[in-house]
Amino acid sequence: MKNRLGNFFRSELFHNFLRNPGAVIGLVIVIFFLVMVLIGPFFTPQNPYDIGGLDLMDAYKPPMWMDGGERAFPLGTDEQGRDLLSAMVYGSRISMGIGLIVVLLSCVIGTFLGLVAGYFGGRLDSLLMRLVDVQLSFPAMLVALFIMAAFGRGFGKLVFALTIVGWVLYARTVRSSVLVEKKKEYIDAAKLIGLSPFPVIFRHVLPNILTPLIVIATIQVGTVILTEATLSYLGVGVPVTKPSLGLLVKNGYDVLFSGLWWSSVFPGMFIMLLVFGINLLGDFLRDEFNPRLK
Amino acid sequence: MLKYLIKRIFQMIAVLFAVSLIVFFVMSFTGDPVLMIVPPTATDAQIAEARVALGLDQPLWVQYRVFLGNLLRGDLGVSYIFKRPALTLIVERMPATLELVFFSILISLAVALPCGVFAGAWPNNPLSRIIMGGSLLGISLPSFWLGILFIFYFAVEKGLLPSSGRGETATLFGIPFAFLTRDGFRHIILPAVTLAMGTLAMLIRLIRAQIMEVMRQDFIKFARAKGVSWKNLLFRHALKNALVPVVTVFGIQIGTLIAFATVTETIFAWPGMGKLLVDSINTSDRPIIVAYLMIVAAMFVFINFMVDIVYTLIDPRIDLR
Repeated sequence: MKNRLGNFFRSELFHNFLRNPGAVIGLVIVIFFLVMVLIGPFFTPQNPYDIGGLDLMDAYKPPMWMDGGERAFPLGTDEQGRDLLSAMVYGSRISMGIGLIVVLLSCVIGTFLGLVAGYFGGRLDSLLMRLVDVQLSFPAMLVALFIMAAFGRGFGKLVFALTIVGWVLYARTVRSSVLVEKKKEYIDAAKLIGLSPFPVIFRHVLPNILTPLIVIATIQVGTVILTEATLSYLGVGVPVTKPSLGLLVKNGYDVLFSGLWWSSVFPGMFIMLLVFGINLLGDFLRDEFNPRLK
Repeated sequence: MLKYLIKRIFQMIAVLFAVSLIVFFVMSFTGDPVLMIVPPTATDAQIAEARVALGLDQPLWVQYRVFLGNLLRGDLGVSYIFKRPALTLIVERMPATLELVFFSILISLAVALPCGVFAGAWPNNPLSRIIMGGSLLGISLPSFWLGILFIFYFAVEKGLLPSSGRGETATLFGIPFAFLTRDGFRHIILPAVTLAMGTLAMLIRLIRAQIMEVMRQDFIKFARAKGVSWKNLLFRHALKNALVPVVTVFGIQIGTLIAFATVTETIFAWPGMGKLLVDSINTSDRPIIVAYLMIVAAMFVFINFMVDIVYTLIDPRIDLR
């Protein structure tokens, strides 16, 4: 393990990473958010889900640097006296949680189907790829919106809808990589020593097609967070009792015209910063793993 | 070519048929439509009577056959809320959405073409780095939030531009359009820019990557050696060859713009079909949701078809099977 870590720090990837300010900034942002959602709830001034802990006397407080702001509520409060910063920490937790779960699920499902379709070919392959083609011709947002409209809001349904939308990208990428790999000699060799198809697929093909997967998965975390935020904004995403960052923006927008600009501006800024960090990292990885750019 | 066209048209019909199946069966899980139609005071007997009258006591596949038959006749049901045909309601709102999408496309192209070509031709120029950083920020920001910032700054704080509605419209070919009047044009600016942002940022990145790819090729070196001016080199030689993937993505982007118009229209209270969809989702107005999906699906299938045709026009090397 230690040796592997040492190898990593001496690797070209790490060397290039340090010389790419965008990638470093991206990683810092992502780590900041990870730390925040993991330990943040221990430090936030309030538990925003605990209705009993709210005091209407605290409602409509502006951020602390403005007139009437208080140190206890650094970014101000909403119309129920909920501390915005606490709500944003909990909201980031929900947004990132959904992002990671959806990416994990769609990556596993899409990769499995792509591997099987690409390796075996035939009827299954053409059926699956037709499905992928049809789905990709419809915007992901609209498909997810339709599923949520039909089944109603909720975490499980949201994860389901976003996974349905997400797996196709992996399936298509994996399949085309498999088509290239399976013609190579090491696969013939693996078959020749008598391995059955599934060990060949998972032990030999899969490790060799991982790089594009890493890039897609990284960028997709950002995409999923944005789509989730949009659905929640439209009122078909997370339940109102557990607001994600997107729903916080929506709640803030409802009171924008009574002057509470902060409660929609700051949560949106969080989404942008988080997705920006993820995209910076994803861009770096894509350039690193693209042999044509070297 | 003719054989290809016929094959594609059959594919389009198959896809739309599949969409109608999926939409119908998924929507049939969404609760009992009878309860949406009968008055709240209806007795159980009346509800049962209404169910039989509407054919909702039949098995699902019989209902689907009726639905499909009506669909082919252009009858997509009557809205529960508006008490008018769903198809008419959507068609009425379509010009507003298309107008918005059209302006967003204009804005994205006007900004993305020069920015993308510049960043691709001179990737190490500081200005290119700013363009690329900006475009990454552009794909990272939620469009609804950008709309809110615009409303807050331009409408609430500065009072420069209106933040909701479509303003005055003028009629062209019997269709009302907002951009023809001064007031309507002022109304379209903020929503169009908001909607354009994502596409714009994405196109910049795509055009840049394509130009970088093309600039490495021999015919560019040859053109430069021949003494072709930079302007001609970039916009006639390089851009033309970089356009094929851009056209594909652009086709998909039109679909994405129509989808995201739902969000933009909701923020700016733009009376298009996207806002109608979101409102109908919130009021469980099933006929409108179904009608919207069928119409938009038909539009996407048609756009994809057109994209494939346009391919052959801009790149004769592509062979249609």
